[in-house]
Amino acid sequence: MPDTNIFALRNIEFHRNGNLLFSDISTSLESGDILQIEGPNGSGKTTLLRLITMALSPCLGEITWQGENVTHIREKYLKDVLFLGHQPGLNESLSVEENLIWWRRLNKSNSLTDSDALKRTGLIGYKSISCSHLSAGQLRRAALARLHVAEAKLWILDEPFSALDKEGSSELKILLLEHLSRGGIVVLSAHHDLEIKNMKRISLVSSR
Amino acid sequence: MNTGFTVIFRRDLLVAMRHRGDLANPIIFFFIVIVLIPLGLTPESSKLGEIASGILWVMALLASLLSLDSLFQNDYDDGTLEQIIILPQPLYFMVLAKIIVHWLVTGLPLSLLAPILGMMLSLSDEGYLVLVLSLLMGTAILSLLGAVGAALTLPLGKKALLLPLIVMPLYMPVLIFGANSVQLAVDGFSVIGPLAIMGSLLSLSLIVVPYVTAGALRLSIQG
Repeated sequence: MPDTNIFALRNIEFHRNGNLLFSDISTSLESGDILQIEGPNGSGKTTLLRLITMALSPCLGEITWQGENVTHIREKYLKDVLFLGHQPGLNESLSVEENLIWWRRLNKSNSLTDSDALKRTGLIGYKSISCSHLSAGQLRRAALARLHVAEAKLWILDEPFSALDKEGSSELKILLLEHLSRGGIVVLSAHHDLEIKNMKRISLVSSR
Repeated sequence: MNTGFTVIFRRDLLVAMRHRGDLANPIIFFFIVIVLIPLGLTPESSKLGEIASGILWVMALLASLLSLDSLFQNDYDDGTLEQIIILPQPLYFMVLAKIIVHWLVTGLPLSLLAPILGMMLSLSDEGYLVLVLSLLMGTAILSLLGAVGAALTLPLGKKALLLPLIVMPLYMPVLIFGANSVQLAVDGFSVIGPLAIMGSLLSLSLIVVPYVTAGALRLSIQG
């Protein structure tokens, strides 16, 4: 099946400052799969997500994308990856739209216009407002606007629901489901149950 | 042209233009010191003229050092740096773009302003052209070398002391050749030697520094 995007973690182990954070994390995902990483604060959820984005490299084990180790196909793999971290990655002195524009120019993006993406995130009225004037929830929405324009198949989202209101959360959930139905893959960390069918889970335990 | 380079270049220039006030800081510092020196030392133009080249260069170096903090800090704090590092683009060119923008908004205005300040210190006429030339190259080298220090000290909250300690030894040759070239010009000697050395320092750091800085930035987000 050449068309299925197989993403796999094999026996991932990671130490921080000499302490074992987690070990033997293995899973494999195919098109349309969603993986939730859960665990208490400090258990390494963000670290695991950053391992998947290649910002960190695992002490042991390998991450594969379409059967190849990601370290061998770095650029090709990263073209398929979209990462939204804990911090929104928005410059405070740029407007919402300007922040979206530079990002999409450097990533594979679809034909949706910036205005449409902002309309869908409910920020169209704030398009030219500088990000320093936005609330935490609005910043989160501004960061999530990238999901609308991205072509990436693998979405890696670190606590995407934090600071979002009820409406925002349900919109995001619909967005995730749409992405899955298009054959995308989602890896996310979240504290609450998302109530999505066939969700895979990895539970991390606190290391101390 | 490399996409990563152009996009980051335009983005950073836009950000810099939004913070015009901050941009003036090193220049104002440079200006104030140069105005104060004749008051503190001597207003006698012959004595000032003798030390003008050295003072202008030392102050330009310190002014450039002052502006280093801002190079990557904002991007690091708001998560942009992480986004940039995981882009499917070579980090080398994006880092280079950042450094060039930094030079455009700090080193370049400083170099262009230097002749006016030279006049205040009664620098002799022969020195002006070489002063601007050496500062143009010199501040570019300072921005490049400073970027390495700024990237290395990123994850440390308080780096007011550490950053100068790291970059000062690297800055010294630039200062020596820079100030020396102006002095040689004032004394009527050929300046090709020191300027050529600065040119080679510039081209060497232009090639090597983005690599080193990119590596340091990768390390910084692992904290």
